[in-house]
Amino acid sequence: MTGHETPHGVEPFGSPRVDPQQAVAPIGEEQPADPIRKGMFGVEGSGDTSGFGGLVRQAAPKTSTPRPYGSYYDEVTEAMERALTPSAYAVAVQRVVVDRGQITFHVRPESIVELCQTLRDDPALRFELCSSVSGVHYIDDTDHELHVVYQLTSLTHRRRIGLEVEVPDAAPYVPSVMGVYPTADWQERETYDMFGVIFTGRQSLTRILMPDDWPGHPQRKDYPLGGIPVEYKGAQIPPPDERRAYN
Amino acid sequence: MTEFLATARDTTEGKVYTVTGSDWDEIAPAVGDERIVVNMGPQHPSTHGVLRLILELDGETVTEARVGIGYLHTGIEKNCEYRNFTQGVTFLTRADYLSPFANETAYCLAVEKLLGIEEQVPERAQVIRVMMLELNRVASHLVWLATGGMELGAITGMLFGFRERELILDIFEMITGLRMNHAYVRPGGVSQDLPPGAVDKIRETIELLRQRLPEYDRLLTGQPIWQARLKDTGVLDLSACVALGVTGPVLRAAGLPWDLRKEMPYLGYETFEFDVVTETAGDNYARFLVRMREMHESLKIVEQCLDRLRPGPVMVADKKVAWPAQLALGGDGLGNSLDHIRHIMGESMEALIHHFKLVTEGFRVPPGQVYVPIESPRGELGCHLVSDGGTRPYRVHLRDPSFVNLQAVSIASEGGLIADIVATVASLDPVMGGVDR
Repeated sequence: MTGHETPHGVEPFGSPRVDPQQAVAPIGEEQPADPIRKGMFGVEGSGDTSGFGGLVRQAAPKTSTPRPYGSYYDEVTEAMERALTPSAYAVAVQRVVVDRGQITFHVRPESIVELCQTLRDDPALRFELCSSVSGVHYIDDTDHELHVVYQLTSLTHRRRIGLEVEVPDAAPYVPSVMGVYPTADWQERETYDMFGVIFTGRQSLTRILMPDDWPGHPQRKDYPLGGIPVEYKGAQIPPPDERRAYN
Repeated sequence: MTEFLATARDTTEGKVYTVTGSDWDEIAPAVGDERIVVNMGPQHPSTHGVLRLILELDGETVTEARVGIGYLHTGIEKNCEYRNFTQGVTFLTRADYLSPFANETAYCLAVEKLLGIEEQVPERAQVIRVMMLELNRVASHLVWLATGGMELGAITGMLFGFRERELILDIFEMITGLRMNHAYVRPGGVSQDLPPGAVDKIRETIELLRQRLPEYDRLLTGQPIWQARLKDTGVLDLSACVALGVTGPVLRAAGLPWDLRKEMPYLGYETFEFDVVTETAGDNYARFLVRMREMHESLKIVEQCLDRLRPGPVMVADKKVAWPAQLALGGDGLGNSLDHIRHIMGESMEALIHHFKLVTEGFRVPPGQVYVPIESPRGELGCHLVSDGGTRPYRVHLRDPSFVNLQAVSIASEGGLIADIVATVASLDPVMGGVDR
C-alpha cells in the first residue's frame, strides 16, 4: 500500500495519504505511525474554498512520553521500578505513552506475565482487576502488526493503567496472563478468535464467538469482508471494504 | 416403547439421546451409572436468548458446567470500522440491546475524548444523557426481574416487570422516536432536544414507578418460594468476583461498593446524590435485593436531572463535529426537520456543502487510542477505541460486562442442583447481544 491515488482517484481503505513534499522527517529512529493528514476533509491541491484544506494535522508518532507523566502515573511508575528493580523495569517496559490523560506501558511480550503478577500483588500497586483485553491489528506497523491491549484497574487505589504488547504477524505469540487474572480467559480467547494472537502457557485456547471450524480471523485488517455485491438497476454496489472511502 | 420418545443414536462421542420430555424413565435404566452430559440451549427459554450450557450431571447435581456462546455474533465491532464515527452509534446501540444508552454513551465519550471536546459538550446534553442512562438502568433491571421471575415460575413478576418497563419505553419513544436501538447519544451531545411535555411525562412516570416498585417487594421479597430458590444458590464471593472480573450488581452483592459512577465519575455523576447499594451474602437473593434497591436510587438521579435541566444547546457548537441535521419529531416519529431542509436547499449553498460533506464523509478524529469505562446496568462497560486519524474508527472494542460476567457461571453453579443453574444465570443477567456483539 503506497498511498498513491488509483486511476479512479479512489484510495483503498487503510492506505495513508502521503504528501511527499510535506512528509515529516522521522523522529528518533522510529518512523511515524501515521503520515500527516491535511485538513478537515483531507483535501489536497483542489480549488477548495471551504477553508478546511488549510489545516495540517500531523499524526502522533511512535514516541515515548518524557517524565514526569503527571497525575498518579509517576507514583505508579516509581512503584513498578521499586518492585521490579529499575534495570528489570527498563527491560520489561519499552516505552510509556501518556495520551489524552491515559497511560499505556508498552511491554515486552516475554515480560507481561511477571509484570502483571507484580502489578497485582505489590501493595503500592494492587491492580486487582483486569478490566479488558483486546487486540488491534495495525497492518502497516511492520514486524509489530498485532497489538494486545490490557486495561488494569486498582480497586484499592482507584487507578487505571493500560499495558500494550506488540508481536509480529509471523510469530504472534503472547504469554497468557490467565494465571494472574483468570478473567482474561474468555477475553484472550476472543482476541485469538478475532486476530489470531496465540496466547501461550494456557489451556483450551479455542474459538469463542466464531464457529469452531471457521477459517481465518475476522477482525484482522486483511480479512476480506466478502460482502455480496448488490445489484441495483444493472449497477453493482460493492461490499463495504471495496467501496469508495474518504480516508 | 413408543417411538416418539427418547430416540437414541450412536456417535463418535458415544450414545446420544434426544430427550423431549416425560421420557426420563426410559433413559435412566439405559444410561445406568455413566456420566450424563446435557446440552441446555441454545434455544432454551430460560437462557436469556441463545446461550448454550453444557452440563455434566451426577443425578441432579451439576458436576461441571461450561458455557457456549457466539450464537448471536453479528460483527458489530468489525462493521464499525467501515462506517464513520457518527454511524458507529447505530451499530453499538444494538450490542447490549437492553441498555442501548450505556453502549452509545461509552462510545460517544470515547470519541469525544479522542477529539478532545469533552469540556465543550453542553451541560444540558450531559444531564439528558445521565437521565436517559438512569431510566435505562431501571428499564433494564425491570427486564431482568421479569425474565428472572418467569424462569423461576413467578409469572406475575414477569407481567408486572414488562408492564412497568413499557412505561419507560414510552418515554424513550417520545424522546428518541424509538423504543429500542435509539442511536440517540451522538458524538458531541445528543441527537435531539427533549420534546415538549417530556419532562412532565417523566415526572408522572417516576411517581407511578414509586407506587408500583414496592409491589414487587410485597410480591417477591418475603415470599418463601422465591427465597428458597434464591438464597444460598449461585454464591460468588468477593475474591471470585474480582478474579473473574465480575462487576456491577453482582460484585456489589458480594459486599464491595464498587460503582464507577462514584469511584471514577463521568458525565458529572459526582454532583448527583445517590447511594451505592450493597449486600454481603453474594448469592442470588443478594443480587435480587441490590437490583431492587438500585432502581430506587436511579429514580432519585432522574429526579435531580429534571431539576437541573436548563434551556440550552444539546450539541457542541463546533460545526465540524455537530451533525448538521436537527431532526424534528413529527406525528409519525422522528424525521427530517423542514426548517433545516429549507435552509440547505433554499438559502445557503455553503450549508448544503457542509451538510453533504459531514454526512457522507464524517469528521476526522486525531490518531490515538482511549479506553472509556462507564457503569452500565450490568457492570463496567468499556469502550476501547482506536483512531488512525481518519473519518472511521480503526478499531472499536466493547468490554461488555455480560461477556465477562458470564465466565462466572461455572464457579457459581458447579456442585449445585441443575434447577439452581436457571436462577444463577438469571441473576448474572447476561444479555446475549452484548455477550456476542
